[in-house]
Amino acid sequence: MKKINWLVVATGGLVGLAAVVLTLLGNPANMGFCIACFLRDIAGATGMHGAAVVQYFRPEIVGLVVGAFIMAVATKEFRAKAGSAPAVRFVMGAFVMIGALAFLGCPLRMVLRMAGGDLNAWVALLGFAGGIAIGVVCLNKGFSLKRAYDAAPAEGAVLPVVLTGLFLLFLIVPSLFKFSEKGPGSMHAPVLVALLIAIVVGALAQKARLCMAGGLRDAIMFKDFKLLFGFVAIFLVALVGNLILGKFKLGFAGQPVAHSDHLWSILGMALVGWGSVLLGGCPLRQLILAGSGNGDSAVTVFGMIVGAAFAHNFGLAGAAASADAAGGVGIKGRIAVVIGLVVMAAIAYFNIPKKSKEA
Amino acid sequence: MVDARGLLCPMPLVMVRKELEGSNPDTLEVLVDDAGARENVTRFAESRGYKVACTEDNGDYRLVLSK
Repeated sequence: MKKINWLVVATGGLVGLAAVVLTLLGNPANMGFCIACFLRDIAGATGMHGAAVVQYFRPEIVGLVVGAFIMAVATKEFRAKAGSAPAVRFVMGAFVMIGALAFLGCPLRMVLRMAGGDLNAWVALLGFAGGIAIGVVCLNKGFSLKRAYDAAPAEGAVLPVVLTGLFLLFLIVPSLFKFSEKGPGSMHAPVLVALLIAIVVGALAQKARLCMAGGLRDAIMFKDFKLLFGFVAIFLVALVGNLILGKFKLGFAGQPVAHSDHLWSILGMALVGWGSVLLGGCPLRQLILAGSGNGDSAVTVFGMIVGAAFAHNFGLAGAAASADAAGGVGIKGRIAVVIGLVVMAAIAYFNIPKKSKEA
Repeated sequence: MVDARGLLCPMPLVMVRKELEGSNPDTLEVLVDDAGARENVTRFAESRGYKVACTEDNGDYRLVLSK
């Protein structure tokens, strides 16, 4: 199973290129794409949290879901399904978001930060890989959130329709939304360019089944490196892009929208890795699956948005380092990450068949 | 017979691997309803020396693995 799947590699390369282009066009540094950050910004734009520096209706999220939807329909892979532990998935989505916001990035942004020379992200990769390894142990013990069932097509269209509707509102009545005047939320590529780039990326990610957690998971479980090559391709293309543009800066200090609170970056990303394996995919993959008709993934995305709102309303998110402060994860955020890990353990325990636990 | 309908990868793969490694059968029938699962199970089975025949029925895929 070592054959290289060129579609995955090409898609990964395109994601890396698109990320660099989006930062060039205005997105925050090393944040061409960040599913966690962008869902957090959307939560802010819709007034679900009041962190004034992270509020913007990110068209990339809409584009990724709509792109996946178009590809799934075009290739007759769109199939509305739901019913695989939706409430549990909602909670897991929320805690995955809390873990990601402690670190300051989803797995995709972790790779982009690594490609920007941010050594803090390399440290966090250890936690992410550890979380995935724990998830693999759960899967090998028989963990399952049980099967989904066919649903009416409308169920599968919920997330694409909701996001498209909100996006149209954002274009037509922007006064309904909150927009950051400074900070990461104020930095963004032109709306339609960001949308179009994300549609292409979403469509290809659907076809290639790109998943940041799936790469390491399949490598550990099945010695299957297909998806991992996509992960590597994103890194390499973004790295070359950053080097060419002079945006590569190796080090721990002075990295954009980042901190050096290593233990909590590791634990935050362990929570993300573990949760992503139990959910069947990283935050990016959840968006793509939701676009392909999976109602359970749509619920997971809603959970992530609510998790982001909690993260900022309760002061759980990591603070980026600045010239005046070291940043990092505060005591409330640390407690939330630990609670998240306990919740994942409980969910794993209750969804592993009893027989297998005794074995 | 493995019925992995309604499950997303890697669950179908985990189930198929368990069967293949457990009883090392000459043939195994696998039902999946996801195109990604179909691709992955096929690839996995082929890597273990099985031939895979696939038929589609109303969105479900019936994979017959044989040595």
